Amino acid sequence: MKIHINGNIKEFKSKKITPEELIIQLNLNGKRFAIERNGEIIPKKNFDEIHINDGDKIEIIGAVGGG
Amino acid sequence: MADKIVNKTDDLIIAGRSFQSRLLIGTGKYNSFKETRAAINASQSKIVTVAIRRVNLGQSPDEPSLLEFIPSDEFTYLPNTAGCYSSDEAIRTLRLARELLDGHNLVKLEVLGDPDTLYPNVIETINAAEILIKDGFDVMVYTSDDPIIAKQLEDIGCCAIMPLASLIGSGMGILNPWNLEIIIDKANVPVIVDAGVGTASDATIAMELGCDGVLMNTAIALADNPILMASAMKKAVESGREAFIAGRMDKKLYSASPSSPTKGLIK
Repeated sequence: MKIHINGNIKEFKSKKITPEELIIQLNLNGKRFAIERNGEIIPKKNFDEIHINDGDKIEIIGAVGGG
Repeated sequence: MADKIVNKTDDLIIAGRSFQSRLLIGTGKYNSFKETRAAINASQSKIVTVAIRRVNLGQSPDEPSLLEFIPSDEFTYLPNTAGCYSSDEAIRTLRLARELLDGHNLVKLEVLGDPDTLYPNVIETINAAEILIKDGFDVMVYTSDDPIIAKQLEDIGCCAIMPLASLIGSGMGILNPWNLEIIIDKANVPVIVDAGVGTASDATIAMELGCDGVLMNTAIALADNPILMASAMKKAVESGREAFIAGRMDKKLYSASPSSPTKGLIK
């Protein structure tokens, strides 16, 4: 399946993936971030319950320097 | 004024939270996180703004992040909506920020009008503020120095009004002290000058006018020596605050008054 992540298309072998699994695959575990799927925030407590499917648009955001 | 003696209790109070510094600083445009932290230390600021952006997916897992350099037990984060040109974008950004920061709801709302001036779009700002406040956010709002808009933002429920001194990143200082004075005079929530400060005297003037605080980024980050400038800004804000509370003498045209005795002159 193909998922849009932060504007880039990424391919995955599985047909669905949880946010928790996605974070591990992207080497982001241990970092602070928030995830949005198709415009809706996925609360951290649901990271192992929700499934991200083919064609989903995912945004993963963090804090950076700014004024 | 006698009860307003400057001491350790002269905290800045925003939405029921108490802060020991009236200088708020941004974390953008520094050369490194180490320099960012050193400047924050020199400024003794307690509130630091951060921007919300897509994470870099190619980064190494060991790469440090900004928040590791400014831990939440020492500082209050103020996530901003820099780069947002509509209320929808700003609301989306701050909801993500709240999720990112585990429910933290004190935010800086800015909705920009155009990329050349970064001047605020006050209509979109008001729309966004109304929705965010209903959604439980404590909104510190960047706005123009229009006193009527400032009052409207307060009436909506914004917890701090943050008018520009001049354009973001311009370093042009306070271009309209009269408007700022009107805003301060009418406001019942903290007024914090946000944007336009270029050097220490600008921050002092803002505080002497009666501002409750000053927020800046570029003036420190793009100084030749950012850490020294951060220290200068700390003193400038404190100095202006003390002068405001002390109450300046009246300005007198044509009524010069010597400080030394006029009697007993040697003739």
